[in-house]
Amino acid sequence: MPPLRPLHLAAEIGGPPRYDPAHYTGLARLAEHGALDFVTLGDSFARPGPDALAVLSRVAPATRRIGLVPTVTTTHTEPFHVSSAVATLDWVSRGRAGWSVDVSTTGAEARLFGRRPAAPAADLWREAGEAADVGARLWDSWEDDAEIRDAATGRFVDRDKLHHVDFEGAAFSVRGPAIVPRPPQGRPVTVVDGTADPARETAARHADVVLVRATTPERTAEIRDDVHRRAAAHGRDLGTLRVLAALTVDLGDAESPPEPGLESGPPLAGHGTYYRGGPVDLADLITQWHRAGAVDGFHLTPITPERDLERIVNGTVALLQHRSLFRTFYPGGTLREHLGLARPANRYALQGEPA
Amino acid sequence: MTTAPKQLHLAAHFPGVNNTTVWADPRSRSQIEFSSFEHLARTAERGLFDFFFLAEGLRLREHNGRIHDLDVVGRPESLTVLAALAAVTDRLGLAATVNATFNEPYELARRLATLDHLSAGRAGWNVVTSSDAFTGENFRRGGYLDRADRYTRAAEFVATARGLWDSWTPDGTPRPFAHHGPHFSVEGEFTVPRSPQGHPVVIQAGDSPEGREFAASTADVVFTRHGTLDAGRAFYADVKGRLAAYGREPDDLKIMPGVGVVLGDTDAEAQERAAGIRRQQVSPQNAILALEQVWGRDLSSYDPEGPLPESDPDPASALVQGRVRVADPLAVAARWRELSRQKGLSIRQTVIEATGRQSFVGSPSTVAAELAGYVAAGAADGFVLVPHLTPGGLDDFVDLVVPLLQERGVFRTAYTGSTLRSHLGLAEPVWKG
Repeated sequence: MPPLRPLHLAAEIGGPPRYDPAHYTGLARLAEHGALDFVTLGDSFARPGPDALAVLSRVAPATRRIGLVPTVTTTHTEPFHVSSAVATLDWVSRGRAGWSVDVSTTGAEARLFGRRPAAPAADLWREAGEAADVGARLWDSWEDDAEIRDAATGRFVDRDKLHHVDFEGAAFSVRGPAIVPRPPQGRPVTVVDGTADPARETAARHADVVLVRATTPERTAEIRDDVHRRAAAHGRDLGTLRVLAALTVDLGDAESPPEPGLESGPPLAGHGTYYRGGPVDLADLITQWHRAGAVDGFHLTPITPERDLERIVNGTVALLQHRSLFRTFYPGGTLREHLGLARPANRYALQGEPA
Repeated sequence: MTTAPKQLHLAAHFPGVNNTTVWADPRSRSQIEFSSFEHLARTAERGLFDFFFLAEGLRLREHNGRIHDLDVVGRPESLTVLAALAAVTDRLGLAATVNATFNEPYELARRLATLDHLSAGRAGWNVVTSSDAFTGENFRRGGYLDRADRYTRAAEFVATARGLWDSWTPDGTPRPFAHHGPHFSVEGEFTVPRSPQGHPVVIQAGDSPEGREFAASTADVVFTRHGTLDAGRAFYADVKGRLAAYGREPDDLKIMPGVGVVLGDTDAEAQERAAGIRRQQVSPQNAILALEQVWGRDLSSYDPEGPLPESDPDPASALVQGRVRVADPLAVAARWRELSRQKGLSIRQTVIEATGRQSFVGSPSTVAAELAGYVAAGAADGFVLVPHLTPGGLDDFVDLVVPLLQERGVFRTAYTGSTLRSHLGLAEPVWKG
């Protein structure tokens, strides 16, 4: 049996809309107590709830290690603003930021902006790919040592280490460089749900973490292999990619644990694979899938975060730690370090190196 | 019977990217790290300031086709930093400068309402506009907005945002919202309940006649540069006088000039320190740059310690981008030449003399007396301090001047409310759903 790769765990902390920051801070601290890689906070312009990136910025000073990954849609937003905000989340969290790329396909969202009609998902995912691409370029547009503070010459920055990105896409163009200096992680972590076809290409090309929703380890591994094939076709090193199985989980209550099992389709959650069972059964499922080599880890969406996240951390995660399948502390400080992903080299610095 | 002295309001501006921060000072630290913002905000809150306010950048400044490299460059995005600051402060107002030209009302109204919830009612928005195609090159809508359209778009933007903030009833029921105007079409349901302040506080900066009218009709606070007593009184009277036309009372709009403060044990020591700061702000390289901003020509071969150019400015120049071009370069050049001739000043000395902003310079008691005097004389409702050092630039003011203002009875000794509106003495807006 090949040696097991490290297991990665993440959890969604959204749920019914809440506007009280203590609610989110409490959940993020709980997940941090379980040494999870990151928490996500879903978002949409049409669903009730606060702006996810702002909420996780509010959470950042109240936590120390956990990765913070808000959903930021690319359809009605300005890529330049999005890249600045995500880079800033990385600065205020000292290297713990990611963003979950999503698109806004509905007419309801389009009418909130009144700038263009709803568009097919395939078009919007191509645009999301451009947004991810230009985001990464903007994050690179300052070389790491661009700020020199050279009093002798009066220069604050070395302008040769700041770069126009001159991005020309089908949906927009951006001149650059960024306003925000290169973030602590170099590039914050990009997460894409690659289950559905229009998103999979964007995920394979641009994501650091790809989420996959399927009911069996075999089907999950199939999708992962497809993501890997596509990523390799774009010249990516597969060691820079993590694939997590996405499960919506209902751990029930302690008195009457539900019958364990996985369902496809959405009896409650509305997105993909739905797990019902106790925390121990969930630990068994994670162990089994991980041993099968299907995925690098799991992204769990608790049906009721206040109840289920506590059971995940104190039940499932504690058991996985006891089995030595999951770490008991954070060896590093940044989200990339939790995920075992290297800090990306700066493309412009590489171009500038002598041959 | 004596009446209580008029209370003054204090805020702190952290411009980040500017030519006033003295980055070469050994006490100057990062303008990006969160710890810098945390120190400044906590200091402002320790000083019982009304709010802390951040500038915005949408395009790095360029000069003669190259990125400007002499001043502080780079800053984090304001609303995201302020959301994080909400975690480490309790009462301080948190205001972001956000452009109404390169944003959309639905998204920004949502981000601002979120900040108001996350801070329990401490959010503010400094509305600015932009007209230049240079900045537009970073955005989808790109290009150019006529100067006249900037304020019509901004006014419609603010009205739309306020409509969205009013679209939930005070008891927490969302109601459908629709706005169809020349600049925006917004239809649907807002996703954030009415925020703790009702509406985040709207701040406005800008001194043109359109800007003054926009402030009088729309803003809760005006951030100005009219720091001298006479200019301040004239501006104050003019803007306050415009309020009645909009059914507003003079006290509904607070006028707060941005000012520097330089302290010393004695007035003479403070003056000496202020002169040193000016020399650091206007380095030899920065002096030539300031000259090029007026002349619109490449003057890099000039000696900063030598005389001003003989030639006249090029009024059509596009040498400088991403910062405000001098409105009437020929007149400014004439004024600078006259100043230089009268006092026998070099280029650098002329720039130091001509470009100084209003600063209160003196011992703590002198500065406290002057600040209180401006407010008593009807030149301001308070001040926005612009420190020249990051992150320690507010420390001395809070430790030395605030207690003297409190002794004079012109500044609070504790926060009496929890929201930014309550600090500013502004009523919660009436729900107009």
